[in-house]
Parts: sequence; structure tokens; C-alpha cells
Amino acid sequence: MTSTLQSHVIAGMLANDPLLSGEVGLTTLLVVLIKVVVAFVGLLLSVILMVWFERKVIADMQNRFGPNRAGPFGLFQTIADGMKLIFKEDLMPERADPFVFKLAPFLSLVPAFLTFAIVPIAGSFNDGLDGVVTILGQQTFMQVADPQIGILLFLAMSSLAVYGIMLAGWASGSKYPLLGSVRATAQMVSYEAALGLALASVLLIAGSLSTNAIVNGQAGFRWNVWMTGLVPFVIFTIAATAELNRPPFDLVEAEQELVGGFHTEYSSFRFAMFFLAEFLNTVTMSAIIVTLFFGGPSGPTFGLTNWVGVYILPLFWFFSKLLVFLCMFVLFRATLPRFRYDQVMDLGWKLLIPASLGWFLLLVAVRVGSDQGWNLAATGLAAIAGLLAGAFLLILSIRASAAKRAAVSLPGEGT
Amino acid sequence: MTSTDLTTLNSARDRLTSDGSVLRLSETEAEQKSGYQAPTEEGLGERMIMNMGPQHPSTHGVLRLVLEMDGETITRSKPVIGYLHTGMEKTGEELTYLQGATNVTRMDYAAPLFNELVFSLAVEELLGIEVPDRGQWIRMLMSELNRMSSHLLFMATNGMDLGAVGMMLYGWREREEVLRFFEAVTGLRMNHNYIRPGGVAADLPGGWEEELSAILDIIPDRLAEFDLLMTGQPIWRDRLQGVGVITAEEALSLGATGPILRSTGYAWDLRRDQPYLKYDQVEFDVIAGSFGDCFDRYSIRLAEIRESMRIVRQIIEKMPEGDYRVQDKKVTPPPRARIDESMEALIHHFKIFTEGFKVPEGEVYVAVESPRGELGCYIVSDGSSKPFRMHIRGPSFVNLQTLPHLMKDSFLADTVAIISSVDPIMGEIDR
Repeated sequence: MTSTLQSHVIAGMLANDPLLSGEVGLTTLLVVLIKVVVAFVGLLLSVILMVWFERKVIADMQNRFGPNRAGPFGLFQTIADGMKLIFKEDLMPERADPFVFKLAPFLSLVPAFLTFAIVPIAGSFNDGLDGVVTILGQQTFMQVADPQIGILLFLAMSSLAVYGIMLAGWASGSKYPLLGSVRATAQMVSYEAALGLALASVLLIAGSLSTNAIVNGQAGFRWNVWMTGLVPFVIFTIAATAELNRPPFDLVEAEQELVGGFHTEYSSFRFAMFFLAEFLNTVTMSAIIVTLFFGGPSGPTFGLTNWVGVYILPLFWFFSKLLVFLCMFVLFRATLPRFRYDQVMDLGWKLLIPASLGWFLLLVAVRVGSDQGWNLAATGLAAIAGLLAGAFLLILSIRASAAKRAAVSLPGEGT
Repeated sequence: MTSTDLTTLNSARDRLTSDGSVLRLSETEAEQKSGYQAPTEEGLGERMIMNMGPQHPSTHGVLRLVLEMDGETITRSKPVIGYLHTGMEKTGEELTYLQGATNVTRMDYAAPLFNELVFSLAVEELLGIEVPDRGQWIRMLMSELNRMSSHLLFMATNGMDLGAVGMMLYGWREREEVLRFFEAVTGLRMNHNYIRPGGVAADLPGGWEEELSAILDIIPDRLAEFDLLMTGQPIWRDRLQGVGVITAEEALSLGATGPILRSTGYAWDLRRDQPYLKYDQVEFDVIAGSFGDCFDRYSIRLAEIRESMRIVRQIIEKMPEGDYRVQDKKVTPPPRARIDESMEALIHHFKIFTEGFKVPEGEVYVAVESPRGELGCYIVSDGSSKPFRMHIRGPSFVNLQTLPHLMKDSFLADTVAIISSVDPIMGEIDR
């Protein structure tokens, strides 16, 4: 009895998944294994398709054919490129730090895989099913893990990925990568703040860190994108683009300035790992946006509770939503010029972080107001007035500091 | 020049000298003048010396820059050239005047017809011959089209350097339309050897008006797309406005011409101010900026494409009938058919292509407005059939001098925008 209780407690700490709440038997392990393999292979496949998709769409927008040699419609181009890269010579600069140089690609790749573990990709959230499916007689969620820290795992992993890029640039022992990694560190760290604050608004509405619970709360089109009032979504998307180092925020690997940025000195499969990690992150980040703001795999299942309603339709909804965001990232890349380093910092610190913080406070005020039974309109207005006052003060202080900086002449600026 | 106060010009010169931007000074001299402490090997401190190029994605060929950087900020920079030196000026002294055009056309490879034009004008001035009207109008037509293709190429590279990679393809696509016309007229897409001393190599092919009209119909719509993609784009404006600023006095004292000088508000265009060919018979505006920054240089080039199209439209209307080259047996080869029936024609043909034609003694400097600024050709003739000395004033070479000044205290990302806005062609710089 005590052992069962203990396992309950341990399982509770580990995960909310009903799979792990009972005794852990062989079938449980088998189910976990199946989920891991499916998620791994699925993610890898989607990345291969994503690379192809991106190249093809951009080629179309630029009056080119794009990949069309390997396989039907050039579908196997990514595989061919990967094979080519494996057979390339693996070079390491003489002045590189060998251990860190070799470690960095893994630090970049592994977090990209791990984040996907918390993304629910299927399961019906209608008819009181709460996303629970039955595999081999075991009840479980259609995600590799649903730990109690939930979405915080995503933040942790994206922070870890910074190390991959930072160390890669530093360990190369070369100047261009160093500049790239300095840019990367500053950019990713500051945008993580905006990302976290935008996330806080979602967590406030959802009332839980668990991704399953977040998706469950959005069932029936109560999507967070409008439940949180659109602003957190916009901020999250911008911050996510910056976090991914994708255009227009791709300063880290700005090829016109830094040649290849942090991965200039990498070749062969180590380069392939960075490349893979970048696209993995793109797919995972889109999946996270879908999970947080667009109800993940939830959607109309037309009362079906068989395999169509539990697997096919949710998968369809999930991937359709995912595709929208993948398209969005591709279109960004095809149309926008690149920001400059200081402009990215300005946007992050002077606009996104204050805006997401302000919006979070507004949501909190409305929430507290409704809990306490205050007049909601009055609460909202008072909160907005407070925020406007804060914004005014912020603008004043930014102006004042800019004026102060302009007054002090820069070193080496004439006599 | 008269409109500029000499004292402001001098103060600008002093300022540039103290910046350490004037390359004529030796490094030690520049350092002494500016009171600048050059960092020593062990005392670099926070500063970093970075080498950009000659193999770098955005140094427009083989330009090399040595940058002294404080973090991402550039404290000093120095362009290093010579990686594409092919000795074209010296080669020019070994080639006859007729062969000369094949040589000079390879210098500014984005605007080959201007090189041929300025060389031919110089030779013609020495010879004292006047090209028939049609020949002059054809030359004008071709050079305006070349100005368009060169500026379209700039749109492509400028867009790409700032991360709008799609622009590279769009700019190239539009340039292709113009190049197709060049191929129809000259037989080649680059290095045409079409404009030669005495006229042009061949008359315009039949139906050229229709072909040109088709191009003139396509390009305005495409330019509107450029506006949508770049001119009005907030990121684009942020990246270019206020970056790489230069004043009119500074530009003049560095000898910068073309869009760089015009971007400062100093409207100097040889087509209007020292008309050559028939530019006094067409209407066009000289586009000038007001801030002297990268955005002005970008918009000037975009507007100049439109002005060139305006000129081309007028040329189509006004193109006169007549001969496209001088009928001087000493300068232009006889028609093929005449060689079969006339002994003299055969001799002339043989003489022109073996020995070349003799040019009277003298020296001459002729300048035209190329897409990059004042393109000049200086020829000294000793009376033989080859130039005694040929010198080209390449606008890219002179404009490149502005780089250290433009890049001072800017970010690394800005250097790319600045190099791009100067639009250097290394073939012309190194020659």
C-alpha cells in the first residue's frame, strides 16, 4: 500500500500523465517507448519537410524552381544534403577549444528535440475526454511527457539552447563567430524575458503549467489568442522569431555581415546539427505557439470518440494550425530585411518587455476585479489609466537618457 | 564648384584629415594629425582588428577592409584594394585605338557601355571627327539603358546586403530584361564592344522600338513592387536613414561624384552640367537628396531608373534616320560588300585591322556621367596608332575614398549598408 502511495507521489511529481499514475509495468514502458519513437521520427520528418517547404516557397516567391532534382518535387533534397554533409571533412580551427567546440552542436540540438516532448499533438478534448487516449489498454496523453513544470520546460530548454550558440562562437577561436555569439547571447537573453512575460498572461488564464491543461482549457474555441486579448500572442510571436534567430532577427548568422555567424567555422555533420537544430526549433516553436494560443490539437470532432475523433481529426487540426505558423516564418524570411543589432535591443527592451508586462498587469487587474466582485469596467479603466501613466513615465525616461547620452561626446569623436 | 564657399570646403578637408579618412596621407601622418593613439600589439585593449574580405559575401567582389573595432562599433577602417588588378591602363597602351574599346569595356563590368563611350569620345576628340546624329542618339539610348541595368543591379545587391534576399532575384530579373535587349542589339550581354571610335558597331535591329516599349511597360510596375518591398518598409528605413552621412563639402573634397555627391543635395550631373552627346535635347531631372545618407543614395538610384526611362521614351520618339557611324575610310572599316569589288576598300580594311588608324598628337580628357559618377578618360597621343598613355578616372575608385569617413563610429551591420550604397565595382577600382 505504502509503495503504491509512494509511486503515486513520485509519478505526480514527474508528470500529470495518467499513464504514470499507476504501477509501472512492461506495457507502460512500451507505451512510453512508442511515444518517444513516434515523436522523434515525426519531428525529424516534419523538419525534413519543413526545409523542403521553405526552400520551395521562397523559390516560388523569387521566380526560381527551388529543389527539384532529388526525388519527386525535390522532396529528398534535405536527405541528400544531409548525406553530403556527413561525408564532408570535419574541420576544426587550430585555435579552437576542442572539447567545447565539439560539445556546442549537441547543446543546440538536444534541447530542440526535448522541447517537443511537452507538445500535445492529438487526443480529443471534447466530450469530457480531456485529451486522454488509450494505447495498449493504458490511458495516456498524446505527448511524450506532461511534467508538472510543464511549459517551464520549454523556457528552460530555450535558455539551454543559447549556450549551444554562445559556446560555438566562443570556442571557434575566430572573430566572426565570436561577434555572432555575442550578438546571440544578448539577443536571446533579452527576448527570453519578453517571451516569459507573454507566457505569464497565458498561464494566468489557463491556471496551470501543464500543456495538457492549457490545451484542455482552450477546448471549444476558447483559444488563448483572444482570451488573453491578442497582445501576448503578438509579443510572443515576435519574441519567438527573435529567439529562433530567424529573419528579420537573424543577426546571429547574418551572412552578409558575419559570413556564417556562430557556425562560420563548423563544417560537416557538426554544421548539419546546427542547421537541423534551427529548423527543429522552428517547428517546435510553431507547435508551442499553437499549443499556447490556438488550442493545440483541440477542434471540432463531431461527436466522434473512435480513432477518427481521437487521432485523425486532432492531428489534422494540429498540423493545419502548425502549417499556418510555419508559413508565417517562411514569409518573414522571404520578405523582410534584417534588423540591426541595436534596433533589435531597442525593440526588445523598450517595447516588447514593457508592453507584455503592462498587459499582464492589466489581465491581473481584471482577474482580481472579477474575483472580488468589483465593477469590471471601472477596474479596467483604472488599470488602463495606470498603465498609460507608466508608459508615459517610461517614454520620458527613455528620452531623458537618450538626451543625456547625446550630450556626452563619444570617445574618439573629434576634438 | 563656384556655388560652394571655399572656406567651408577647406574646413571639411581639415575635418576629414583629422578623421584619418584621407588616404593620401601615410598612416603615421594621419595619426599625428588626428592625435590618434594607434593601439600597439600588446595594448589593443578592448579593441579588435578585424579583416573583412577580400573573400566576404558582401564586399562586392574582392574589396578588403581592415576594421578597428570597439565591440560592434568601428573606430577606424581602411580599404585595401588591388586584388583584381589586371593592368588595363597599361594594356590600353599596347592596343590600337580600334581594339581599345574591347579593353576598357571590361573595367566597370556593370556599366560596360559607359567605358566604351568615354574612350570613344576621347579618341574622337583627338581625331576631330563628329559622329552622325543617329550614332549619337543610339549611344545615348544604350547608355541610358545601361544606367538602368546598373542601378537595377544595385537594387539587387543593396537589398541582399540588408537581408532582403528576395530583392537579389527581383533586381536581377529586371536587369535581365534590359540585358536581353543589349543582346539583341550588340550580340553580347556584357563587354559589348558596341560603341567604338567613329560611331557604333551596328545599327539598331528592326523592331527595336517595340522591344523597348515592352521593357518600358514592364519595369514601372516592378519598380512599384520595389517601393512596396523596400522604400516604405519600416525596417528598411531604420537600417538606411541616418547611416553613412556625408556633407556636400566632404564629398567634394574627397572627389566623390555620382549618387554620393547628389545625395548631399549638391545636384551635379555631367549630363546636364557639361552636356555631351545629345543630352541637351532631352528633358530629364537631376535627382538630389537632402541628408547624404544611405537611404538618399538608394532613393536617388531608384528615381534615376525612372528618369532614364523617361529619357529612353524621348529617344524612341526623336531617333533620327541616317548613318550610325562616320564614313571616314581611315577610321571605320568599309562595308563587307565593297571589299570584294574595290582594291582600295580592301587595303583600308587591311590597314585598319592590322596597323589601326593614326591619331594626331595631343592630349585630351573627356568625362561622362556613369551610373557611379564622373567617368573620365585621359589619353595622350604621340601620333601613332596606339595611345601613348591612357588613364581612366574610375568613379568607384574615387568614391571608395569616402568609405573610412562614412563608416566611422558606425556598427558592423552598417558597414555592409555603406559599402553597398557606395556601389563600388572592383573591376573599375583596380583596373
